[in-house]
Amino acid sequence: MDIMQLVVSGLANGCVYGLIALGFVLIYKATEAVNFAQGDFMMLGAFITIWLVNAEYMGLNFWVAVPIAIVMMGIFGYLLDVLVVRRLFGQPQIAVVILTIAIGFVLRFAVGAIWTHEPQLLETPFAGGIANVGGIVLGYEEIAVIIVTLLLTGFLFLFFRRAKLGKAMQAASQNQLAAYYVGIPVKRIQSLVWALGGAVAAVAGILFASKGAIDPSTGLLGIKAFAAAVIGGFGSLPGALIGGLIIGMVEPFAAYALPAGYSQIAPYAIMLLVLIFRPAGLFAQMQNKKV
Amino acid sequence: MSLLTLENVTLRFGGLVAVNNVSFHVGEGEVFALVGPNGAGKSTIFNLISRFYTPAKGDILFNGETILNKRPDQVPSLGIARTFQNIELFEQSTVLQNLLVGRQRHAKNGLLSQLIFSPSVRDEERRHRAVVEEVIDFLELQAYRDKYIAGLPYGVRKVVELARALATEPKVLLLDEPASGLSVEETQDMIFWIEDIKKQMGITVLMVEHDMNLVSAVSDRVLALADGKELAIGTPSEVQSHPDVIKAYLGGTGGAKE
Amino acid sequence: MRFVFKRSYDDDIRLFKHRPQMFWYLALLVLVVALPWLLDDFFLGEATNVLIWAIAGMGLMVLTGHTGQVSLGHAAFMALGCYSNVILLQNGVPFIIAFPLAGLITGVVGVIVALPVLRLHGIYLAIATLAISVLSEDIIVIAAPWTGGVSGLSAPAFDIFGVSINRYGTPDLFYFLTLGVTLVVLGAYRNLMRAPLGRAFVAIRDSEISAQAMGVNITKTKAISFGISCAIVGMAGSLLGLFAGAFNHETFNIVLSIQLFLMIVIGGLGSIHGAFFGALIIGFLPQVIAMTRDGLSNIFSLGSVTIPGIESGVFAVILICFVLFEPLGVYGRWVKIRTYFELFPFYRKGMFKRQKSFLKTERMK
Repeated sequence: MDIMQLVVSGLANGCVYGLIALGFVLIYKATEAVNFAQGDFMMLGAFITIWLVNAEYMGLNFWVAVPIAIVMMGIFGYLLDVLVVRRLFGQPQIAVVILTIAIGFVLRFAVGAIWTHEPQLLETPFAGGIANVGGIVLGYEEIAVIIVTLLLTGFLFLFFRRAKLGKAMQAASQNQLAAYYVGIPVKRIQSLVWALGGAVAAVAGILFASKGAIDPSTGLLGIKAFAAAVIGGFGSLPGALIGGLIIGMVEPFAAYALPAGYSQIAPYAIMLLVLIFRPAGLFAQMQNKKV
Repeated sequence: MSLLTLENVTLRFGGLVAVNNVSFHVGEGEVFALVGPNGAGKSTIFNLISRFYTPAKGDILFNGETILNKRPDQVPSLGIARTFQNIELFEQSTVLQNLLVGRQRHAKNGLLSQLIFSPSVRDEERRHRAVVEEVIDFLELQAYRDKYIAGLPYGVRKVVELARALATEPKVLLLDEPASGLSVEETQDMIFWIEDIKKQMGITVLMVEHDMNLVSAVSDRVLALADGKELAIGTPSEVQSHPDVIKAYLGGTGGAKE
Repeated sequence: MRFVFKRSYDDDIRLFKHRPQMFWYLALLVLVVALPWLLDDFFLGEATNVLIWAIAGMGLMVLTGHTGQVSLGHAAFMALGCYSNVILLQNGVPFIIAFPLAGLITGVVGVIVALPVLRLHGIYLAIATLAISVLSEDIIVIAAPWTGGVSGLSAPAFDIFGVSINRYGTPDLFYFLTLGVTLVVLGAYRNLMRAPLGRAFVAIRDSEISAQAMGVNITKTKAISFGISCAIVGMAGSLLGLFAGAFNHETFNIVLSIQLFLMIVIGGLGSIHGAFFGALIIGFLPQVIAMTRDGLSNIFSLGSVTIPGIESGVFAVILICFVLFEPLGVYGRWVKIRTYFELFPFYRKGMFKRQKSFLKTERMK
């Protein structure tokens, strides 16, 4: 049952990567901006929750703290857009990239200064619980990660397909000017998308920190989530999740099959190969510029 | 003699037939205009000749030889230069630098001599500059020589695009809507320039244009297109009075947006 | 206000626009040559550090500032240059050959890497180069027989025509070596930008389609740009390795890649000045922060407080301010101030106003 164990832990890791990737894609799909700080958002969400829940800080009830943390990250995302990102409205895409890279640096520094650079674990009610499903031993945390991820992806997928706000977000992303003309409040919608990105990052952070210790530099994990988003074809929500799962699965198996040193390379090598040979990922959405 | 020939060229985008079995030839020293409603496939034909697109069927010949084996960046070396419908200048450079880019196909020096700026690079630069200055004089751009494109009015940019194409010293000039967005006076200037380009420089001109005033003033022959198909070919007045052309313009058979 | 009367085409070709400009640059050159006699060893070391950053900055500027291709992975090529140089030195190759050879190797590898990667655009290119940087760290560890793996390598002693150069023993000689490399790179860079190839770079940056229609071979030109960029950055890496004395995979990590990129953004993308301004900021920021901190803790008698990571935090905040308020970087601000005085009192606020553009998606759905 070695293999099954690897699969499950890979799936759980993959879900977290998938959720961070989901955040990228969400913001990219709706605002054309790539948030290089998404991994750091995740880290911040985790630390806010740790701060609310853990006995050494506030010691709140877990089920009270989680919604508070998610809402706080939503507000953080909203304010970040209103106060900072929005000022770059209409600037080249790369300006936002630079900005979010810098925001990532600031978040890493700020979290380290407030909550130290020591790795910390979120205290959850289901910590340490074990379920035995058909001979496979599963930690409660891993089950929670997988279930929450599936629910969240499903919800977001339906949101963009069916809800009015979701469709407005789509429209705003494809042609800002046209969307503006047909009466879509483009700027407010973009802020809401950033809020949503923050909230999704909080969920990813909570799941990550309940599975293992987290420290401020964990935000750099965002690069792996990029790999996930790229494999999924940067504009697709289910694609991001699948990409995350692929990366998550590849890691333990690479570690299992390859000599030490080579296994860390696997996710990035896969990403490079996908970028070079299938730049549009599994769900192509690119089109060449028209003359 | 025929300089540029399209033979039964067809191009599809998915289900849409953008160019449908089009054939025509442009003779040396001629001004040849493509007209037709939006979506008729005029700009697409330009993009085929510039090799941004490859036809599904048919052949494009220049000087009797196919150009389908060329990359887009090899086309200027044949002596084919073009302008764009939506101006594509180098925004962060001056007019002079833009025109010097037009000299790219004549650049001969290798990487090393450019890194040390050898005397031969300096000589070449002077020669490029001399050609560019002639174009600047011809199109009366002296006042804008050292101005950045980003700050120039639309009409001037249009002229700079023409100048940049001329700086390549082409045999054939493809002008994509040279008069669109220009004022009446600017259009009048454009008419004189196109005539001079033909008569003084002996450059063959193929253009796409909606302004029938300009088309009738300068063109030797006109090809009318609709929905990717040829409607009529002949002198400007013949084409304008052709029943199919009138129907295409007034009857509203215009296809998808270009 | 100054009017420059041009008499021949050479007026636009030569390196300095007018005599006063030439005078100021010569004065600056005299100053930097005199630095070893003006500064103590510590600050001379800092100045050397700034020059190394400036060389690396120029390397990335060729690619990002002038060809418009973002790279978030240039630390990988600094590493390649550094390791090649040291390995060559260890095998008895004299420095005068090993150093340029290391640059050449890096440039050639750069071209090979560029060919597949540079087909990508914008954000995809950024991500791909980021991956290259991450991969290079792991590759250095894997290639332990050559690179020493995790424990790294230490720079051997070297000499140029019998004169031994050492960062600690002869800091002034090491400074002059770095200055020499800086000037050579600077000269070549300036030459390139006034030659057809440099114009082709800028053409690609501003409109690929148009550049192609003017006869620029996009793939080849981008690859050359990447190669030149990598060669310069490789030389900067070599100097950095010799300067640091010892180095391992973590010396050239992803953070260095990103910092290098952010540095040229702060300095001002699209100008050679930008590389130098950025290097000054990144080189002296730690000193400024340390001095500020000491000053503050003296005033408030806090004792010595150290906040880990404060350099990158402050650096990032400065960067955010620049992106928001002065996207043209320090150099852009400098040009505005200079224009203000040159045109005084005719400067208008809107003179450098940016054009806003509504972006349309490149995706289709």
